[in-house]
Order: sequence, then structure tokens, then C-alpha cells
Amino acid sequence: MKTPAPAGRKVTTMTATSTMNTTTTMTTSPTADWSAVCPLDALPVEQGRAALLPDGSAVALFRLHTGEVHAVGNLDPFSGAPVICHGIVGDRDGVPVVTGPLGKETFELATGRCLDAENVRLPVHDVRLTGPVIEVSTRRNTVETLVGGG
Amino acid sequence: MTHARPETGTGSAALRRLVVVGHGMVGHRLVEALDSRDADRQWQITVLAEEPRPAYDRVALSSCFDGADESALRLPEHDPGRVGLRLGDPACALDRAGRTVLTASGDRVPYDALVLATGSRPFVPPLPGATAPGCLVYRTLDDIAAIRAAADKSTTGRGVVVGGGLLGLEAANALRLLGLTTHVVEMAPHLMAVQLDEGGGALLGRMVGELGVTVHTGTGTQQVLTDPETGAASGVELTDGTFLETDLVVFAAGVRPRDELARDAGLEVGERGGVVVDETCRSVTDPRVWAVGEVACIEGRTLGLVAPGYAMAETVADRLLGGEAGFPGADTATQLKLLGVGVASFGDAHATTPGALEVVLNDPVAATYGKLVVSDDARTLLGGILVGDTSGYPLLRPLVGSALPADPATLLAPESAGGAGAGGGVAGLPDSAQICSCHAVTKGALTEAVTEQGCADVPALKSCTKAGTGCGSCVPALKHILEAAGVEQSKALCEHFDHSRAELFEIVAATGITTFSQLVAEHGRGRGCDVCKPAVAAILASRDSATHILDGERGSLQDTNDRHLANMQRNGTYSVVPRVPGGEITPARLIVLGEVARDFGLYTKITGGQRIDLLGARLEQLPAIWRRLTDAGFESGHAYGKAVRTVKSCVGSTWCRYGVQDSVGLAIELELRYRGLRAPHKLKAGVSGCARECAEARSKDFGIIATEQGWNLYVGGNGGFTPRHAELLACDLDHDTLVRTIDRFLMFYVRTADRLQRTAAWLEALEGGLDHLRAVVMDDSLGICAELDAAMERHVADYRDEWRGVLEDPAKLARFTSFVNAPDTPDPAISFAVEREQPVPVPGPVSLGMPQLPAADGAGAR
Repeated sequence: MKTPAPAGRKVTTMTATSTMNTTTTMTTSPTADWSAVCPLDALPVEQGRAALLPDGSAVALFRLHTGEVHAVGNLDPFSGAPVICHGIVGDRDGVPVVTGPLGKETFELATGRCLDAENVRLPVHDVRLTGPVIEVSTRRNTVETLVGGG
Repeated sequence: MTHARPETGTGSAALRRLVVVGHGMVGHRLVEALDSRDADRQWQITVLAEEPRPAYDRVALSSCFDGADESALRLPEHDPGRVGLRLGDPACALDRAGRTVLTASGDRVPYDALVLATGSRPFVPPLPGATAPGCLVYRTLDDIAAIRAAADKSTTGRGVVVGGGLLGLEAANALRLLGLTTHVVEMAPHLMAVQLDEGGGALLGRMVGELGVTVHTGTGTQQVLTDPETGAASGVELTDGTFLETDLVVFAAGVRPRDELARDAGLEVGERGGVVVDETCRSVTDPRVWAVGEVACIEGRTLGLVAPGYAMAETVADRLLGGEAGFPGADTATQLKLLGVGVASFGDAHATTPGALEVVLNDPVAATYGKLVVSDDARTLLGGILVGDTSGYPLLRPLVGSALPADPATLLAPESAGGAGAGGGVAGLPDSAQICSCHAVTKGALTEAVTEQGCADVPALKSCTKAGTGCGSCVPALKHILEAAGVEQSKALCEHFDHSRAELFEIVAATGITTFSQLVAEHGRGRGCDVCKPAVAAILASRDSATHILDGERGSLQDTNDRHLANMQRNGTYSVVPRVPGGEITPARLIVLGEVARDFGLYTKITGGQRIDLLGARLEQLPAIWRRLTDAGFESGHAYGKAVRTVKSCVGSTWCRYGVQDSVGLAIELELRYRGLRAPHKLKAGVSGCARECAEARSKDFGIIATEQGWNLYVGGNGGFTPRHAELLACDLDHDTLVRTIDRFLMFYVRTADRLQRTAAWLEALEGGLDHLRAVVMDDSLGICAELDAAMERHVADYRDEWRGVLEDPAKLARFTSFVNAPDTPDPAISFAVEREQPVPVPGPVSLGMPQLPAADGAGAR
């Protein structure tokens, strides 16, 4: 999915995805704050890592074999533990997902939507790559309607 | 003691008093059946038992000589709140007018209904010398103990069994297992004359002979000779003049019903004994009295098999609750293994029906004998006999009385030739056909369990219908019913692979593929998931212990705990469990554990596997903790892996006054041998230094119990959801044979089990069960032992401590950070409370729904 790059930043083309942007103008303003978290190389393929945001919350970062990078909230909504980054990355019917390590609930990486429980979702953060560095939007996209309901 | 009639106080029917006399298998079944159905609690049950122990599986008595102990035979306990079980206090008189039973202790127990379940007693023929010391019978656990004691002090080293029927052959097996030269004397021209014809009996005789048991048929016993000084048995003289020197004679020449109570109380008894009952098992003399099992004379005869006894128990339970059940008729069909030889007999096995035809397939080379008895028009199956190969029994027996689905000779043909054993027959059975005769479960009931109640596999059918939980002979038929009902026993691991775990294992072995990516690209689809990735990771690790489980791509396949070589706890922290082989630890190392726990603020607890769990470590603390532990000589305990966990032990002969072998030494050796072996599920083991079993080895995947002669090996036990005792695989093994056998057992399991299938479930599902396993690992029946041995050798040689592997590799260490952009910052979302002076997770789960994110100025944020 092609995504218009937010203004004022140079974005390398192939890697960064921010699915949410296509439907969001309400919560992600063009002047969203971006937080540089780590070089792309620090993120092995399909092995998540947590990153701390300036507000003290954490995101789970995942790099797919396609090069896409996703950021979702690191707190497991079922246990309350900060463990989503330790989940197993895979796919369900071709859609990239992560399965939480404690209760094995599965979430879509692009939308945060939980496939095993209704109305549960992880917050999703926009991601972009500036040079070799992964940057994560500090805004959480959590409004249901943004992804067309679930 | 008073027996005031309790008030129910609930307005339901008044409580009535049931007294059951006898706590054998049938009495036990009656109580269970009544208790499970008596939802309104109409009956208060008292059981008067003669033996000092509760009911046990008398049919499996000979397993006592195969290493099983008494507890393995015990039947499920009754609810003590509902059933008053009075052990060792037999009934000695009935007062039918006063409706009380007088017990041996002098108590009078009143009843509203009385069930006689006193069973029978062994018949000892009135021969000279037959009551001398050394002459024994075979029926109870006490009899078993007496036989064992007599065998221990036998000077002749020879035992003689009088009677070549079912019980006699069981007794002969017992003597053989006790190490005696065994003779069987049978009056009839062949063994098991009640169940078998001459052809079947002859084959059985020949096969039993090959096991070293000498069979004397067509001859009676003249007398038991006694030692003039001691009066004890010294020999047996047969009617054909043969003399056998022996000091141990077991009489197994039939049984007689124990109907004395009934006779003395004036109840009608049969010509050949037994309380005469109608088709509801009710005494024809007194409607308040019922009789079940071997003491009942029903349809003019007594029945010495447990299945009809169970049917009677079910009938009476139903009637006591106002039901309309009647005795369904005696099914005397039998299938059993005698001295390892399969024997089955069903229906009109002796072709007594006028005009009946017999079709016989006798193959002395393959050592199988089969006979079908069919009606004069060769259309209806009447009965049959199978010796050697009894695999056709589960499908043939239910066909009795029905039209034959195929030509009789075809049905008798061996499985490979498309005979009944091939399983084609079950589809042709009517719904009324009884598939499980132990629990009287029909094909219709099983089909309904599959279609209506959603049973999707054999274990589900077992727990839902009880079918297959008795003798187990119908398990193959259960599989066919599942198939027939259209249940696709899908072996597909997940949406990414159509293969089962075992198939993937074989693919990996055959292709030499070493990465998940290649495997899923060539043999699956998509990118994998939380099911197939860990399963494949374990397969790769099982086959290759030299490659670290976190190396390269493998690091992305590992499940929650393997991912960081530590068990993730509910709050996202980890536990640390260093290996303490055999539970033996020096004070110095114990102190190190204490110091590490103190320095890192960890909660400590002793585990069930005899080691120490340090809980509450943050991810980023793990390397530092393990560096301290590794420096002190500890290594990974694999508490996080589907791998060998611990080999628990008792202190053994080194310290214990009762120990007969060095259980600690063996446990340490085994734990070090198998440490790190990845398997379909966790593996636990135990070694006990004597039969007292302090290491609880029989609750383990493999358990070893010391004997005077060596080691007994048990396999397939576990605690957990469904506790199961391990079963005896082999007796009195020497050290090297023991280790080799465990090697093969483990590797065979690793190779063939399903994902997350523990050894207990694997063994239960294994075609051919324990016998097959024994054949594979001890007799190399599949010809794979060399491969299994080589695989284990490779594992032992390649083992390396996984935590040391992490500490030596900066790339792996990078996984152990809290945040990729703040590696040493403790995660602010993790906090602890204090309980009993130790840190614990903050109690209470977070409610389902969106998480409460920490505030922007949350503690710990930089």
C-alpha cells in the first residue's frame, strides 16, 4: 500500500508503511511528532523489539521479510504485561500478524485488530524510515472508525 | 451403632438404604453406576466388603507379576460422602424379615434394598493332598501374595497349575514371571476348552509351549503328594501316570458362586449354585434382594466373566432408580492376551446351532487360527474363534446375528489381505451393534457422540462414552467410526502446512532442510504462525543439538519461553531455573543461588522437580544473572523448553536404609545425558531407589524403579490435567540396557509424536500401544534402532549449554534488552508488590479491553 509521506521529512521508499495514514487525518496531523528509535539494522526480520517513546509508553516494532516495519502498542491488552514485542510474527491468510506470547491472542500488525476477540485492538503507530533510522509517530491511532470498523 | 433414617428435608423422595454385599469389580460398578445416575440422591449406600482393600481390577491380576503394584489395579474411589465402604467387615447372615444384614463385626445394617455381589470362590477338586501347604488358588491379591511367597522359597523351582482355562493360563503366566518352570494340567483335550475348539486350542498350546510352559492336556490330576515330615506339597501325580516334583500347586479349575448367605436365608439358588434372579437381576424369592455378577444365576446359569457382570450391575442400578432396564443377555465374547498370545472367542464359537457351518483358516506358519461359524445359508455370522492374530475381533464380534458383509474366508484373511482387520467392516455394522463390550457402547451411541457431541478423536470418544476404556480392544473400531462419520482426522499442523508434526520430522530428516523459510517455501505456504514456527524450531533442534536455538532465523521461530531461554511470567518478567541434576546440590552452589536471588531481588521457590526457581527477573537482567550462575558452574535447566526437564530422585541406597540401588547417581547420569534434548513436549523423569517409590517415578514420562536385580522402566506417565501412571515397559534391566532402552524410547517419541503431545497421550494413541513400543525399542521390530541410537549419540556429543552460548555471542545478547533505544531502562510497565517478604507481580489481571497506557510522565521515563 502506497502511503503519502508526511511533509517535511525525507522518506526512503520501500520500507516504511503506515497503513493508517490513508484514512487518518483526524488523529495524525501533518505535524505529528516523530521519534527516532533505532537503526533498521537493529531490528532483525520477524523478531520484535520494544522501543520507548518520550511519553514513557512503549511500542513493539516488527520488521517483516518484505521490509515493511510496523509499530503497535507493546502492552498486551489481555494480561496488561508489556510483552507484545516478544510475540511470534507470521500470517493469517496472508495478512501479517503477531501472536502475543502470554495468551496467544493474534493481532493484525497493520491495524492492531485482535482476530481472537471482538473490539480489542492494539494502538498502531505510523512508522517511517529516515535514512537508516526508524522513526515512530508518537501519536497512537486507536480510533475504531479509522480502519473502517472491524 | 445406630442407623437412624436421615431426613432429607428437601421434599424429595425419602432416602432409601441400599446395602451392597461384596466389593469386587461388579459391586464396584453397581455403586458407581447408581451414584452417577442418582441425581436426586434417593439412595444411601453401604458396601460390606470382605477384603481389607477396596475393589481392584481382578482381571489384570497377573500384571502384579509384571511389576505393577496394587495401586495400579485399584478402581476409582467412590465418593466417601455418599458411599459408606466398610472394608474387612463381610456380611455373615441375612435377616430378610427384619431387613438387616449381620456383619462379621456384629453390626446389623438395615436395608430397603440389598444387592448380593459376593462373586465366587475357586473350586479346589477333592483330591488327596489338595489342601496341603503349597497348594494355592488364584483369585485375590492375597492369593497373589501367597503365590509369590511360595515361589520365593520354592526348592523345586517348578510350579504346577491345575486347570488350562482362562484363569489357569493367567496363573501359569504368573508362575513363569516368578521364574518357575511351569506346567499346566488340563483334563480337556486342549487348552481353554470353553472358549476354543480343538484347532484354536492346539495352536494356543503350541505357542504357550514355545514360551517354556509345559502343557499336559487330556489328563487329570490324581493326587498331590506331600512331604511326610512337613506335610507340605512335594509333587503332583497325573492320571496318565506322570509325576511332577513340585512344592507349589495352583488350582484354577473353575469357580463356584458364593451363595451361602442366600441359601441360609432361604433364597432360591440354582442347581449348580447361584442366586436365582429374573431378567432384571431380582431374586425370584424376595423382591428386595438382587444379585449381580458371578453369584447370580440368570437364564439358568452363572457367568464367570466381568462384562455380563457389568451389564447386570447397570441393570440393577437402573431398576433401583425406577428404570425399566433388563439384562441384555449374556455376551460371553472374550478377547484377551494369555501369555502374550491373542485369543478371542465370540457368539456360537462351538457351532452348536443346528446346521451351522464352520469356515476355518489355519496358518501354522504365521501362527494364526481363525474360524467363523455361519448359518446354514452362509449368510449370517453366528460366532467365531481367533488365535494368534485377533485384530479382526472388534469388527467381527458386533456382526454376530447380522448379515455377513463379505465372504467368510475374506473376513478371516489377514489384515494385509483385506480381511476384517483392515477395518472395512465397521461401516457395515448396524447402529445396534455393540462396539465396546466392557461398557456396552453401541455403534449408534458412538456415532451420536461424534455427530451430536462433537467428539473429534479417540480420546474424546473415550471420555464421552467410556468406550475403549476397559480392555481397549475396540479402539481400532473407534477410529473407523470416526472416519465413517466423516470426521476428517486432519493431520495438518496449521494453515501453513498440510503435514503432521511427525510427517514434517520425516521431511526434515529426508531432505536435510535446516531452515524454516526453506521448509515453508518448499512444503508449505505463507510465513508461518505461532503453531508451526515453534514446532519446526523443535524439530530442527531435535535433529541438530549443535546449532543454538537462537541462531539466525531460528531466533524468530521460538515460542514465548524459548525466545529468551527463560519462562515468561504473567507480568512479563522471567523465571530463572538452573539445572540441578538429580536434585543434588552442594552447599556452595546453594549459597550462590541465594546470593544471586538476593542481589537481583528475585522471588525464590523450590520447584516440584527438585530445583530452585528464581522469579521476577527483568529481561535485561537475565544475562547478568546467568553470568553469575554460569561462573559458579550452573547451566541452563531448560525449564523453558519442550525438552527434558528434570530427573527427580530419592536419596537411594547411598543413604536410605531401604534403598537397593543408587538412584541419585542414575538420575544425575540420565539428566546429564538427555539435557537439552528438544521434544514435542516437555519430558520429566524420576528414579526411585526401591519399590517405595519416593521419587514418584511413575508419574513421569519415564520413570525408573530399582529392583534387587536391576531397574524397572516405566513410560508414559504424567501429572498435569489428566494424571496418568506410567506403564511398565521392561523389568530388571541392567544399567546399559536401561539407558539404551530410554534412548530409543525418547528418540522414537521425538520422531513420531504430534505437536504438544506428551508421552502419555502419544502412547495412548500409538497403534499397538505398549506392546508395539516394546517391540520397536527392545526387539527392533521396525529396524530403526540403529538410527535411534545414532541420533541419541549425536545429541549427547553435540550438547552445549544454551546460556553459555548466549553469553558468548553479542548478537544474541542484543535480544536481552528492555528497549531497543534504551537497553538498560527497566520497563516502567512492570512493577511488583511484596508478599511474605518477597517480590511478586502486582495482583489481579488487567481487565479485558484496551490497556491503560502509562501517563506521559510515567515513572521510569527518561
